[in-house]
Amino acid sequence: MIRLFANANYDFIKWRRWAYGLTAAVIVPGTILLAAKGLNYSIEFTGGTLLQVETKQAVPTGELRAALDQAGIHGTEIETFGADTAYLIRARIGAGAATPGGGTEETATAVQQALTTRLGSDSAYKIVRYEAVGPKVGKELQGKAFLAILFSFVVTLIYLAIRFEWRFGLAAVLATFHDILTTIAFVRYTNLEVSLVVVGAVLTMVGYSLNDTIIIFDRVRENLRKFRRQNLHEILNLSINETLPRSILTHGTTMAATLALVVFGGEVIRPFALVMTFAIFTGTFSSIYIAAPVLLYIEKRWPGQDARGARAFSGRASVAPATPAPAVPAPPTSGGGRPKAAV
Amino acid sequence: MSTIRGRIIIIALLLLGSIWKLVPTHVTQRVPDQLTGRMKDTSIRRVPINLGLDLQGGIHLALEVDQSKGPVADCADAIRRAERVVRTRVDEFGTTEPVVQVVGQCRLVVELAGEKDPTRAKQIVMQTAYLEFRITDMKNQFRDALPAIDGALRQAGVKAPAGSQVSAVSQLFGQDTTKKGAEKDTTPDASAPGALSALLFQGQLPGEFLVPDVQVSRAESLLARPEVQAAMPRGLELRWGTATVVRDARAYRPLYAVENRAIITGEELTKASARRDQLNNHSVVIFDLSRRGSRKFCEETGRHVKDYMAIILDSRVQGQPPIINDQICGTGQIDLQSKPLTEAQDLALVLRAGALPAPLQIVEERTIGPSLGSDSIHDGIRAGVVGVVLVILIMVIYYRLSGVLAISALSLYVLMTLAGLSMFGFTLTLPGLAGLVLSVGIAVDANVLIFERIREELQHGKTVRLAVDEGFKHAMSAIIDSNVSTALTAFILYLVGTGPVQGFAITLIIGIAASMVTAIFVVRTFYFIWLRRRPDMQTLSV
Repeated sequence: MIRLFANANYDFIKWRRWAYGLTAAVIVPGTILLAAKGLNYSIEFTGGTLLQVETKQAVPTGELRAALDQAGIHGTEIETFGADTAYLIRARIGAGAATPGGGTEETATAVQQALTTRLGSDSAYKIVRYEAVGPKVGKELQGKAFLAILFSFVVTLIYLAIRFEWRFGLAAVLATFHDILTTIAFVRYTNLEVSLVVVGAVLTMVGYSLNDTIIIFDRVRENLRKFRRQNLHEILNLSINETLPRSILTHGTTMAATLALVVFGGEVIRPFALVMTFAIFTGTFSSIYIAAPVLLYIEKRWPGQDARGARAFSGRASVAPATPAPAVPAPPTSGGGRPKAAV
Repeated sequence: MSTIRGRIIIIALLLLGSIWKLVPTHVTQRVPDQLTGRMKDTSIRRVPINLGLDLQGGIHLALEVDQSKGPVADCADAIRRAERVVRTRVDEFGTTEPVVQVVGQCRLVVELAGEKDPTRAKQIVMQTAYLEFRITDMKNQFRDALPAIDGALRQAGVKAPAGSQVSAVSQLFGQDTTKKGAEKDTTPDASAPGALSALLFQGQLPGEFLVPDVQVSRAESLLARPEVQAAMPRGLELRWGTATVVRDARAYRPLYAVENRAIITGEELTKASARRDQLNNHSVVIFDLSRRGSRKFCEETGRHVKDYMAIILDSRVQGQPPIINDQICGTGQIDLQSKPLTEAQDLALVLRAGALPAPLQIVEERTIGPSLGSDSIHDGIRAGVVGVVLVILIMVIYYRLSGVLAISALSLYVLMTLAGLSMFGFTLTLPGLAGLVLSVGIAVDANVLIFERIREELQHGKTVRLAVDEGFKHAMSAIIDSNVSTALTAFILYLVGTGPVQGFAITLIIGIAASMVTAIFVVRTFYFIWLRRRPDMQTLSV
């Protein structure tokens, strides 16, 4: 039986200040860069140039895309248009083409050069027409997506306040908010094009990170009930260590899937896969180093009834056995203590 | 024992139901004909899941402002405003992730993914949907003006078609002879049937006239003449009806004389929904008015009790104008009579989305390939397969036999999620697939939580049976809380978000539901069966 990190006993919380420093080192320059340069929005948001091209012979769309990529025209959309030899290309050069109508001539010329290089001669293809094209997605989508995330935070706060306690809800939401900041900073650093799929990845990240935080908090809730003598610091460490095998395995599995998308997914899926891979990383990090320490901080600042963050469960205090239990289950004596598993 | 049998039956039903939903069926699809390059409808066998524009392609419509019904000064502005209306409409029509974008100056491109009913979709895109309510010609001013109009036409040299019957209007209302006589003096051939009145038959209500179907185009051309326009009574306009009326085995098209001032327009609409009237089985559209609109409507209808009110949509009178029995406020309804409910639903939709600033016409229609390109889809599939194989390997190597159970439950999970998408008719797109990847991650996570918990319980020295029971029991709260909060997040995304965000949210919600069922119910059942077969099991392969 393989068991990774079973019975781990690391003092995660001790390193929280280092973690704050690390995450600030990611977020702060990222935010400054974001304010200075903005994000690199894809053609779906900015619009660009729409070209209708006809070729003598059918050319796979992948080849056309490769030809345009080589010529430095990235993030194009190519679809067959009615027939095998007719294509609709949506392209743009740089971020300068963000203004509608601007850069249309330049884009058309660049596409023309790329196609001539690829297809050999001018006569192998024909640009039937080219026109400036507006954005596919209204800017209101971004606003709505952020609004949606904001609303979902409120609902999460309420749900966690009912199932756990408001302190847990606040800590979970702050951790998720942290993940949004780091992910946007990541997108800014890598200068990834923000397409709809990347927006999808950020939304996915919100769900994933929240999920992970709640798994750890669930264990914290349970341990607060179980071990009445330990303080929150110890409980948090214990809970993170106990859920560590699960964290490693789940995140390892999911990351294996997203890394496969990075390596084999091709140009179009890669931005999504990269953001997702980073999201898994930051989601795991924030559950341990943001959510848990923030919970500790909130509890210190606004202590609960028994000053341990267990106010919600204080009603059952008299029922719960008050036996002093070790913060970490005693390490198994080698041999007989642990039941053997099938080989 | 019976609980296990019950569980197995439920799982078998879920499995069969999912497979049944995913069996390839004949689907009508528009594909380009290789020979002519035009589109044709063919029936092909494929898995009945709607794929989005990015994965499957669809139809491409180019729209321009229709200048034939009157020039539009600033077409760029009209197109920009039309873009918003069309996008709202297409989004509401349920086409996930359509493309609506302005191309060039005065052109709007609409791309719809594999639409099952392209005609209906086109209708939704193109309909101007300008709604107004007007009072009909209660004082019969138009009928009284008919002789003058006939006279004007006669002076312009337009004669009634030879052999046409005597004017139906004057025939029906013969008591108007005094007026006729007066006119007879001025024009010598006044006794001949009037050019326009010969085409008109008085209808049942004031201001309603019936025109034989065969004469409609002639009547239209006469009404468009400047002489007729000039002779029209002030404050009145003519509007054609939509429905054809049959009297004595002859078909007539109603023509209504209505006030040229609308008592209210569709701009004041806040809500509209379609339903079937239980009493007469008519399709109706029910609407709510804004506060300002309802005050105005109240006031106007109060003043016009016992009058008839024409409901005019895009210059066509819908059905026969109903009588105003009492003051109408806040809400009202449009009766579409025996038209299908889908038509009422479409009308409600376009009314909600608002009117187009100018009529649009389709100038180009083509089939387009997937916007991701077949190369990207191919890469995506390959990467997805590699990812799934990796997940299977990790689970089986780490959890051995339990891992195998989890993987078989996971395949049921994937089937159920896809069947759910198929059942609710949702469209699968790349962002949707992203949601699917996440929900696979969560589904794996639920199993990992349970297995880790069982391992912990075993480590605490519990028996196999007890460890399994406790493992499921303790993992439950974590699974439920984390899944419910993620589902709530997805639900909010669905409520607040638009197109692509909604697609993502739907796949995520379905995925979470299926994941909870498989992890909590299916894997548990597998353990039940396993433990029953080996009751004396001392060790567990987990």
